[in-house]
Amino acid sequence: MLTNKVAVVTGGSRGIGKSIALDLAKEGAKVVVFYAGNHAAAEETVSTMKELGTEAAAFQVDVANSEQVDQAFKQVLTQFGRIDILVNNAGITKDNLLMRIKEADWDQVVDTNLKGVFLCCKAVIRPMMKQRGGRIINISSVVGVSGNPGQANYVAAKAGVIGLTKTMAKEFASRNITVNAIAPGFIQTDMTSVLDEKVKEATLSSIPLGRFGEATEVANTVSFLASDKASYITGQTIHVDGGLVPN
Amino acid sequence: MADTLERVTQIIVERLDVEADEVTLEAGIKEDLGADSLDVVDLIMELEDEFNLTIEEEDAEKINTVGDIVNYISGVNKVS
Repeated sequence: MLTNKVAVVTGGSRGIGKSIALDLAKEGAKVVVFYAGNHAAAEETVSTMKELGTEAAAFQVDVANSEQVDQAFKQVLTQFGRIDILVNNAGITKDNLLMRIKEADWDQVVDTNLKGVFLCCKAVIRPMMKQRGGRIINISSVVGVSGNPGQANYVAAKAGVIGLTKTMAKEFASRNITVNAIAPGFIQTDMTSVLDEKVKEATLSSIPLGRFGEATEVANTVSFLASDKASYITGQTIHVDGGLVPN
Repeated sequence: MADTLERVTQIIVERLDVEADEVTLEAGIKEDLGADSLDVVDLIMELEDEFNLTIEEEDAEKINTVGDIVNYISGVNKVS
């Protein structure tokens, strides 16, 4: 379905990003994952993708650093010749009640989760304009829509991603570049495994489908949005949350 | 200069779907040739490829007419 397309997945070595990268690879895309620091996880993801019979690579990139981002995308273009799909998935949390969020924790979360999306989009938009087409998929979160106590920095960044998505969709629609967001709900990953059991139980009881989501369920949605089947969808935020926050 | 204008004209004709005789040095890229802001970005990218140069964002913002482009590329009268 995505044969010969070139995809970049940020935060692609672990968690939801890894599932996204593997699913795109399964669909035939050549995939480059950007990762923050976990070499071993990145290498493992790359070798799994290569076993699926596609080209793959991993670059260490801090998405909040414009020089590193520009350099990495140049490298992708040199090595693979084009960029068809960008999945902005890299994200971090520094949860606390608002009065306890340190300025540095606010900055770090907003820099990685929101500015990082801006920088990566800015880096791919010219090549995509030249190609007369492209797919950008931003991973937001349902808390960016609903709000969530203890996550003011994360929520603000994720809500920002939705606004950025809508604006970019309008700016680049005439060049056949679609921009959509996915808002996952509670997905079982390293990021959510550290949460308190009580929090998990309370969340579970509020999910209409009665279970936590799997990373593959987010990945399936990404692959759909990246495919020709989603050609008329742009500017949308698709909730993959078991009904937790109806859109 | 003449050669530059010729090459620039050809790119503009193809990119903006206008007639070659409309592409004069005085013609405004947006006002007269009907480009929108994305078209201008497109045009700049293509000029960068064609002439193998980089037009910085600050300079690109000052380009309004076909003459501005030709001058910039010729380096005769750098847009300032």
